[in-house]
Amino acid sequence: MKVLVIAEHDGKSLRAASLSCLTFAQQVAQATEGTVSWLVLGSQATGVAAEAAKFAPVLLVESSRLARPMADSCAAAIANVAKNHNVNLIAAASTSFSKDVLPRAAALLGGAMASDIVRHEVTAEGLLFDSPQYAGAVTATVQLLGSPQVVSVRSSAYPAATPAAAPFGIEAIAMEDATLASRCEFVELKTKQNSRPDVTEARIVVSGGRALRNSADFEGLVGKLADVMGGAAGSSRALVDAGIAPNELQVGQTGKIVAPELYVALGISGAVQHLAGMKNSRTIVAINSDPDAPIFDVADLGLVGDVYEVVPQLIERLQSR
Amino acid sequence: MKILVPTKRVPDTDQKIVASDDGSRVNVEHIPFIINPFDAIALEEAVRIGEQRGDVEVVAVGIGGEGYEQPLRTALAMGAQRAVHVRCDESLDPWNVARLLQAVVLRETPQLVIMGKQAVDDDANQTGQFLAALLGWPQATFASRVVVEGDRLTVDRETDHGIETVRLPLPAVVTADLRLNEPRYASMAGIMKARKKPLDVIAVGDLPVAIEPRLRVISYRSAESRKRGERVKSVDELLDRLTQPGAALHKRG
Ligand SMILES: Cc1cc2nc3c(=O)[nH]c(=O)nc-3n(C[C@H](O)[C@H](O)[C@H](O)COP(=O)(O)OP(=O)(O)OC[C@H]3O[C@@H](n4cnc5c(N)ncnc54)[C@H](O)[C@@H]3O)c2cc1C
Repeated sequence: MKVLVIAEHDGKSLRAASLSCLTFAQQVAQATEGTVSWLVLGSQATGVAAEAAKFAPVLLVESSRLARPMADSCAAAIANVAKNHNVNLIAAASTSFSKDVLPRAAALLGGAMASDIVRHEVTAEGLLFDSPQYAGAVTATVQLLGSPQVVSVRSSAYPAATPAAAPFGIEAIAMEDATLASRCEFVELKTKQNSRPDVTEARIVVSGGRALRNSADFEGLVGKLADVMGGAAGSSRALVDAGIAPNELQVGQTGKIVAPELYVALGISGAVQHLAGMKNSRTIVAINSDPDAPIFDVADLGLVGDVYEVVPQLIERLQSR
Repeated sequence: MKILVPTKRVPDTDQKIVASDDGSRVNVEHIPFIINPFDAIALEEAVRIGEQRGDVEVVAVGIGGEGYEQPLRTALAMGAQRAVHVRCDESLDPWNVARLLQAVVLRETPQLVIMGKQAVDDDANQTGQFLAALLGWPQATFASRVVVEGDRLTVDRETDHGIETVRLPLPAVVTADLRLNEPRYASMAGIMKARKKPLDVIAVGDLPVAIEPRLRVISYRSAESRKRGERVKSVDELLDRLTQPGAALHKRG
């Protein structure tokens, strides 16, 4: 199979999630005696393309119209490349970028798409994909009918690809301005300055729930514990809804999906929608004042207690180690 | 202005959901069905836009079997003026739902489609983007704020990196995220009024769309449940466990 991986980047560097998606693509290509290339879209993306080329050959579409990754222009570019290069499978890491862009590209290419896949299998009848449904309660094994096939891949399900001994080539593709025109105009991106890693990229995630009463407490308990553990701070939906934590910290069915080595849930009840985002973590620690909180059903280590008392003690002990 | 709101009927996922023993389906018979929570938010937004502007017709659409009348009546009770039920008894993948919605849009000619960003049963997050592409309309997905000004929209979008604001012309497709609004409950008066509101039924065969499956489910299985771990009694015991060799906080080197 000829596999195309959409590289997600911020103009400067590749996102880690894309490297996990590349591993998926390499596995499929290997099992089907196929090939893999990246598709890098951007306005000044030669740096990103060079970084990507350490891992696999790169197709590069550069245009000032791609300065912001708008769904209509990115989808048109992806469909254009897929058609001209006879691509059989298009993959991107499951992120808010690809959730926006990829289905739109898939629709331009016939509509064969599977979302959020966590496993694949190459069979005589073709590729099968596992895709979680019902907030992760059920896993469906699905087959796509039609070509090209389009999939978004959960980065937590595949390890990051490793660079090759020597870099691959970069092929620039010219595309007409009309193809790349967007009818969406970017106004602004409000992002909270965050010195901590993203929840999807950290080895340790400390998340806070409704037990935290305000932003200062969230920062002082959840943020501080994340810092002393060298991890990322995350949140349940409840705190984001309350304006106590920014939306990009939300873990769960509609937030980010994480599977770190250690997930610490502070004052989170353990609703199915939250569990959907973290239950594949290697070790789960729960601290909750309610001994019957459902989070304890999935926790490897549970401590019944008030986060306002327990967390400062944890921070102090860890700092004095 | 006309706003179309597709609504999907889904099992309430706060209930325990498991696959059937033979893996051929998901057991949902005993579970109450609800309007997909994201679609309820989309509907609420459409109704609010109507309340602000006064010149808006909100049309709720449901595609599926007999059970769809009830969520469409709920949509009418929440404030939609009209409902359209595309009667279809076979199960459809997102691609074919989008194609049928496209046919409904061509009949109804709305200026705006607002729908949930995903349905909580298959969690696919595809249909809105499919529909926008099929119609050749711009899209604003994962909306947490929608402002209509003349023939333009300003939308705040929830992304992995923060809130992005975009501006786009109508007609357009918007998909709703959780924080867009909190849907109202249908009032008793609303429910009474809804009984008299028009609910048109269209047979799927009367739309110019031949169903072409793109996604076949081979089997379902229930997620393995995690083994329940242990309770520790103190902060010290917790730290002991987390700093043991092999544990996440063990100091290396
Ligand atoms: C369609 C849909 C999608 C959703 N998506 C998500 C999602 O992506 N992510 C998500 O997280 N949620 C999601 N939710 C919401 C989810 O159902 C829960 O409402 C939410 O996860 C609850 O957050 P919480 O655990 O912080 O709050 P609560 O459920 O209120 O739990 C708070 C917990 O803190 C404990 N507590 C209180 N005070 C203290 C204290 N001082 N010390 C210790 N413990 C204390 C309580 O015992 C309780 O267990 C979704 C819901 C819907 C309907």
